[in-house]
Amino acid sequence: MTVRETGHARAASLEFHGVTKRYGRGESAHGAVNDLSFAVPAGAICVLVGPSGCGKTTSLKMVNRLIEPTEGQILLDGVNVMTENVTALRRRIGYVIQQVGLLPHLTVGRNVAIVPSLMGWSKQRQSARTDELLSLVGLDPERYRGRYPVQLSGGERQRVGVARALAADPPLMLMDEPFAAVDPIVRERLQDEFLRLQHELAKTILFVTHDIDEAIKMGDLIAVMEAGGRLAQFGSPDSVLAHPASDFVAQFVGEDRGLKRLSLVTIADLSLEPSAARPGLPTFGPGTKLRDALSVLLAADTSGGVALDDAGKPRGFVTVDAIASALAEGRGTVANP
Amino acid sequence: MNHEPLVRWDWLFAHLGPIADRVGQHLYLAAIAVGVGFAISFALAAISIRRRKLYPAVTVLATAEYTIPSFALFAALVTITGLSILTAEIPLVLYTIILFVPNIVAGFDSVPWDVLDAADGMGFTRGQRWWRVELPLAVPLVVAGLRLASVSTIGLVTVSAILGQGFGGLGYYILDGYQRHFTTEILVGGLLSIALAVVADMAFVLLQRLLTPWAARRAEVR
Ligand SMILES: Nc1ncnc2c1ncn2[C@@H]1O[C@H](COP(=O)(O)OP(=O)(O)OP(=O)(O)O)[C@@H](O)[C@H]1O
Ligand SMILES: [Mg+2]
Repeated sequence: MTVRETGHARAASLEFHGVTKRYGRGESAHGAVNDLSFAVPAGAICVLVGPSGCGKTTSLKMVNRLIEPTEGQILLDGVNVMTENVTALRRRIGYVIQQVGLLPHLTVGRNVAIVPSLMGWSKQRQSARTDELLSLVGLDPERYRGRYPVQLSGGERQRVGVARALAADPPLMLMDEPFAAVDPIVRERLQDEFLRLQHELAKTILFVTHDIDEAIKMGDLIAVMEAGGRLAQFGSPDSVLAHPASDFVAQFVGEDRGLKRLSLVTIADLSLEPSAARPGLPTFGPGTKLRDALSVLLAADTSGGVALDDAGKPRGFVTVDAIASALAEGRGTVANP
Repeated sequence: MNHEPLVRWDWLFAHLGPIADRVGQHLYLAAIAVGVGFAISFALAAISIRRRKLYPAVTVLATAEYTIPSFALFAALVTITGLSILTAEIPLVLYTIILFVPNIVAGFDSVPWDVLDAADGMGFTRGQRWWRVELPLAVPLVVAGLRLASVSTIGLVTVSAILGQGFGGLGYYILDGYQRHFTTEILVGGLLSIALAVVADMAFVLLQRLLTPWAARRAEVR
């Protein structure tokens, strides 16, 4: 998987350089984050994933300076965040947290307009932007803008949280387990919607989760962290699944990492024997995930199916064996930017 | 004991003017006490929130003060401040503190941490966060403190009648009626004082509804 390319310029690159955070002093000092270094290109989603207490939230909060690093530097578009005015910095970074943190005494509309109002936008511009964003996250402005947070469901609250973070069109979004508080079905819908949104917005996003499946689904890049706040592996979801860098990572991504990769690799990634059209056999578009193709092949009990190219012409013959060997080869280990 | 009726309506109607004056004085004495007490308590609460270790000391002092009988406190103060309005107001103000401070502190403590975290993350300055987030969210408990303090103070104002004619509000009638064995006066003083407390309480409930339209909306989802 590569970074999405769009014409959108409102995204910033993010770099961690040897970032360390220690709590306490002297004897009792303990490292929450240890010498963390990685780079996220503009417009990419980078997921910090790891077990509880490994320093994900701490890493995230050092970006908008809710926590100050003990050592190291964080660069936003090449500029050390510590050199910027702290409130100005925060206003241009979207911030979404698991508990949402909507201000209970403000209506949905005014919650969404918080950062624009802090930045002194005119009332008109604020309310136009609010309605635009509510529609963007799938909430009818007419129905929702006058409600108070207590009058929303958990999923609706999260959408408002996302809309609020997007309000001033920030080049970077920090999202700390944004979908963890809702049930699995709603979570999946929110994830899908967010990915679709991101496809248009192309923000740079630092996304925290402890759920490896969510990390694989959401991330262009994954930073796996382990206890003590150390970076265990950094790379594309597929490369982490195909080539875990350590026993810890292998165990963390799970025994079924091969199966998980099926959701990442598509028909287009396979190198195939050329094939003519074969009436009666299933066909697969280039974007079809191997997981879905395999499911069709196993259910249809055929020897194989036909892969189509972008133009819809037959490109090759897909078999269960071809899929299996593609996984074994560890294809798709493209990205290690 | 002569056989008077329980309420002498003729006395009541003949004294409507003075009674109204006493109601005014009662409210005046109570309002000053609640206002000054609130200001002092707000400062003490602010200090207690910043320096958490001082909070127990503040509450212990305020509680200790609350155990002094009001009658004794008024009497003792006469020797220091004479028969001035200070003598009436100092005890009234002091008694509000133990009612205000814990409510104000609890009000600010009740602001959820995730709301504060989100507010900081969005780039509120400290001042903006206080005025636009913490204060509005502390309102329900602060108003609860105002209700308690105003009800309690309106009751206590009557005791200041022992300081003489110029004090006590409706308490004047209670004391005078007691000294003259005149039930009508006692009833007028007592019942009107209770009525004032109830009205003040309802006024604050209304104020709270106006200030916190967001608190009671759950049932209204369309
Ligand atoms: N203010 C603090 N003082 C001391 N230690 C802290 C503080 N905040 C966090 N820690 C410690 O730092 C470590 C990392 O915490 P952090 O919140 O970043 O973990 P996390 O990866 O986000 O975990 P989770 O998935 O449970 O949210 C933990 O061991 C935690 O106990
Ligand atoms: Mg966390």
